[in-house]
Amino acid sequence: MKLLKNLLGWIDERFPLIETWKLHLSEYYAPKNFNFWYFFGGLAILVLVIQILSGIFLTMSYKPDALFAFASVEYIMRDVQSGWLIRYIHSTGASMFFIVIYLHIFRGLLYGSYRKPRELLWIIGVVIYLALMAEAFMGYLLPWGQMSFWGAQVIVNLFSSVPFIGPDLSVLIRGDFVVSDATLNRFFALHVIAVPLVLAGLVFVHLIALHAVGSNNPDGIEIKKKKDANGIPLDGIPFFPYMVVKDVMAAVAFLIVFCAVVFFAPDIGGYFLEDNNFVPANPMKTPEHIAPVWYFTPYYAILRAVPPLFGSQFPGVIAMGVGSVAILFLPWLDRGAVKSIRYRGPIFKAFLAAFVVSFVGLGWLGLLPATPTYTLISRVLSVVYFAFFILMPWYTKIDKCKPEPDRVTFK
Amino acid sequence: MKLIKKLWMLALLLPALAVANEGGAHLDKAPGSLKDQASLQRGAQFFIANCLACHSASYMRYNRLADIGLSEDEIKKLLPEGSKPGSTMKAVMDAESAKAAFGVTPPDLSVEARARGVDWLYSYLRSFYVDTSRPSGANNLVFPNVGMPNVLGGYQGDQALEIEKHEGHEVKKLKLTSPGSLSTAQFDATVGDLVNYLDFMSEPAKLVRFKLGYIVIGFLFVLLFLAYLLKKEFWKDVH
Repeated sequence: MKLLKNLLGWIDERFPLIETWKLHLSEYYAPKNFNFWYFFGGLAILVLVIQILSGIFLTMSYKPDALFAFASVEYIMRDVQSGWLIRYIHSTGASMFFIVIYLHIFRGLLYGSYRKPRELLWIIGVVIYLALMAEAFMGYLLPWGQMSFWGAQVIVNLFSSVPFIGPDLSVLIRGDFVVSDATLNRFFALHVIAVPLVLAGLVFVHLIALHAVGSNNPDGIEIKKKKDANGIPLDGIPFFPYMVVKDVMAAVAFLIVFCAVVFFAPDIGGYFLEDNNFVPANPMKTPEHIAPVWYFTPYYAILRAVPPLFGSQFPGVIAMGVGSVAILFLPWLDRGAVKSIRYRGPIFKAFLAAFVVSFVGLGWLGLLPATPTYTLISRVLSVVYFAFFILMPWYTKIDKCKPEPDRVTFK
Repeated sequence: MKLIKKLWMLALLLPALAVANEGGAHLDKAPGSLKDQASLQRGAQFFIANCLACHSASYMRYNRLADIGLSEDEIKKLLPEGSKPGSTMKAVMDAESAKAAFGVTPPDLSVEARARGVDWLYSYLRSFYVDTSRPSGANNLVFPNVGMPNVLGGYQGDQALEIEKHEGHEVKKLKLTSPGSLSTAQFDATVGDLVNYLDFMSEPAKLVRFKLGYIVIGFLFVLLFLAYLLKKEFWKDVH
């Protein structure tokens, strides 16, 4: 015990170990009324760690070469010890990452987590989400199946619709005039080192920003406003051990779901791993139906819903881009008197419900081939999607809110 | 909140409704089970004897057949000339002459069952019919104008296409016109075994994945219970 104390003292004279521990864990006060929706931030970090660890092992056997990539994935599936398990953990992790992040973002919408003073925290989060989309997109090319290849082809082609610089831009991204070995190599480099580094850095900054302003809670009120004599929030409890033990419980529950997918249905009927991706990439043979993986389909549906202008797809590309970053502006669009949905009026609730329906509906339509009926539904849902944002300053202002409580609601 | 929860539940159900058969033709359900080792072994033997003439399975090693209960000696008996137990399954015909003969290179079959699905394969292999307009003399109901000749015709016999009209829309049916060396039931069972083997070959890990899954998830449930107790103990003093 004395030895440990001496060691701690030795370190502490050279590094603020105890201070950091206190600031971020044992004396970081989180609201005690966290509910189900507050598990997903921690779970997102768990999935990030899972992805990095499984990714390291995949990198040891994968070959980023158009001639060998597909075969090397099958080599991992068959000849590498437990390679199939590592691969399924990584492929399941990709989809689970988005499920967790979408629920995490939805939590923000429910309880107004983007409102003052958490605007910057929110913006960092949106940038993390964008980085995650880039990471997933580039990772999906690596198995070098038909969907990897044609999905990448379709998405990179979107950049070529940008006026003036488009064609050069898409060549710059691909490193070639078509998706090829050069594209595979650069996507591999970006997927395994560049974007993960950015992600890790951003997550760190996200946490620092969170701990500076403090966590929001389901009541949407600031616990820092009511403090005891020692300056500790009355409704706050130390993150360590209380939140840690709670999050450990959530993590185990999450891993049960995660492992159920990994062991019993790693392709989830073609949604997590598309059937056509078990056919090696063939630049000479376009598949009949190209659908991106499920987590991109809401934006893909928006893209297809917007009619071309002067034969250019550019307006759709703009709509898709704006659609995916629209949440960035929420802190300034929301004029509500309260933050949490618990004290919001019926108008906000109706708009939020419509928004969820539009997002899920668009995601569903994005998986299907574009028929006239589906395109019409996509258009209606796209309008609903954007109306949620555009009309927000108006409907949040006129909505009749209930009074917020002084202290958080706890049992 | 209740409304939102309901919407989420609904949202989770939606993708299930979106599953559609894109090919158009009706698919029969493949009868095989990966638990049936005898079926897998029959399928493997049939595959090596019939399919490897033109198709390869270049990610599948012969010694992997040990997973379906074949002994080292039994595997050695199945090996074509020049192959070792650790060799992958190569086609007898080289790709270029195959392309010259059929117009397309016969696809590698290692992961075909994952790409197409077992029901598709089971239906496809039983849906060849005589069509003199095709270079090979045969066509297929599930895969129209396929390059592959009716290799299994000797077993199945010849089928003819019959178009029945039902209230304006056509129903395409196949009828056996001359019997092959196997009865229809025998042939269906043989194709069932073959497709079962293709399913195994597309993902050999499938044989262990489920067993391991039960152990892992069982362990996690115990861990969840302990984690719950731990949380409850700590949170006693939060009021």
